[in-house]
Amino acid sequence: MSGITLQARHALGAPVAGEALVAKDGFSARYDLDRIRGVFSRPSHKLVGQSYAGRILVLDTAKGGVASAWMLYEMQSRQLAPLAIVFNTVNPILVQGAALGGITMLAGFDVDVTQAVAPGSRVEIDPRARTLRVL
Amino acid sequence: MILDEEEQALLAGAAGSVPQQAIRHQIQVGEFFGARDFVRVAQAHVMADTESLGQAGVRWLEALAATRDGRRRVCIPTITDPRGTDFAKAGELGQSDWMLDLERRAIVAFVKLGVTMTDTCINYQTVLAATRGEHVAFGDTGVVIYSNSVNGARSNFEGGPSALAAGLTGRTPRYGFHLDEHRRATLRLRVDWTPRTLNDWGALGAVIGRLAGQYWVVPVVEGIDRPPSSDELKHFGAAMASFGSTALFHLVGLTPEAPRLADVGADRLAIAHRLGEAEVRALQQSYPRDGRVDVVVFSAPQLSLLELRELSALCAGRRFTVPLLAVTSPQVKPDADRFGYTETIEAAGGSVFAGMCFYQSYAREIAEAKGWKRLATNSAKLVNILGGYGYAPMLGSMQACVEAAETGVLA
Repeated sequence: MSGITLQARHALGAPVAGEALVAKDGFSARYDLDRIRGVFSRPSHKLVGQSYAGRILVLDTAKGGVASAWMLYEMQSRQLAPLAIVFNTVNPILVQGAALGGITMLAGFDVDVTQAVAPGSRVEIDPRARTLRVL
Repeated sequence: MILDEEEQALLAGAAGSVPQQAIRHQIQVGEFFGARDFVRVAQAHVMADTESLGQAGVRWLEALAATRDGRRRVCIPTITDPRGTDFAKAGELGQSDWMLDLERRAIVAFVKLGVTMTDTCINYQTVLAATRGEHVAFGDTGVVIYSNSVNGARSNFEGGPSALAAGLTGRTPRYGFHLDEHRRATLRLRVDWTPRTLNDWGALGAVIGRLAGQYWVVPVVEGIDRPPSSDELKHFGAAMASFGSTALFHLVGLTPEAPRLADVGADRLAIAHRLGEAEVRALQQSYPRDGRVDVVVFSAPQLSLLELRELSALCAGRRFTVPLLAVTSPQVKPDADRFGYTETIEAAGGSVFAGMCFYQSYAREIAEAKGWKRLATNSAKLVNILGGYGYAPMLGSMQACVEAAETGVLA
């Protein structure tokens, strides 16, 4: 799947490149993470036990409550935040948190982004062009 | 986004750097969602417990509150979601001094910003319910889904920073559930069984939330055979929002925007799922009852006065062998004291907390400090959240949970 470029409908943040951590699963900073250790902690989450710090999360949808809006900022302050978060569908909370925390975000694709990006692949995000490129 | 003169002035800093920072944030979010302009809001509700804020978030609030140029106070009624503790009873939770210090610092900052510290997630029952068609900027997903669905008000999920921004500017970007087109049903469900207990209402909400799966899906439900109470819809909505990130539902013939299927565009939708008692029981049984219970918690959402009345009646004359915690709002607690509900619950060995919510109060650290893992509750929302905090949560009725506090086992 290297070389493909996916077009998103929504984007914010700065351009980034990094390793993709991919799952067809949801995301909530409160419900799913051990934010102290920087790993997914929810037993039923497909990424349980994996570190998200400095990686580009590619997930299906935003889940859960409003706390993530603060939590992304707090995680970023300790350098234990994802480099970027990419969703098929997003809710306002994650966008608000990304805006406050300065975390790049991309959402809304014509394909299932969790299928289009292979786990562990290196990807590049250009928010201005609203694109994700698999390197 | 199209900005009117007042918004342009805010953006230019005419009211100072605090409102300027707020409207910049709102524009960034609004443009992400393609908002055409702003809509004025009547109230804001800010979720900001310090477990979420952390040191960084509290410092961010303190910096806003210390700003001297221009206006730093909110310009519309702006209230708060539960805090991360009940200062009067923090010791019972095993909370550390640093947690309480952080809470105190956040409160001081919010007060300087003009925020009214209501500390409740049931403001629609206790403070001031939003009205049909009223635009608001509410945090706490349970507050939003109830206000949108039951009251017919209009709000997106507004996280703490955005709700505070709305308080400071008096407006929010016009996207999502502020717009008619997003309020129409997109998922039609038929139920052939109407829940009877709060726990069953929460579990049905959870099942529907899982099926909805994401924020932009609006479920419409047919077949509820009687008007549910406010507490029943509170548990139903809070669980749906928790499991599905759902912000709006319609009950045909019951909620204000859906007198008939056609009123929410659902006459053109096929029935996607038929649900009954079996689906509700399956959801409940997916949280295994694993022998002994370490703690019983009634929280998420905070209990209304009538829930505490019911709980008090169930507790009367019992002697608990494991801790039982009941969490309510600061508005309800004085009445619970006045009517003797608190005394009855605490005489049995329980404890009534006010102004906090269990999962927003350093639940992981509480588990470690108190040795609590196996937690019984009647809140579907709470069982959904606590798995990530290291608990093994179990879901039962209020009566079963009270009995578990006495026997140590959830039957």
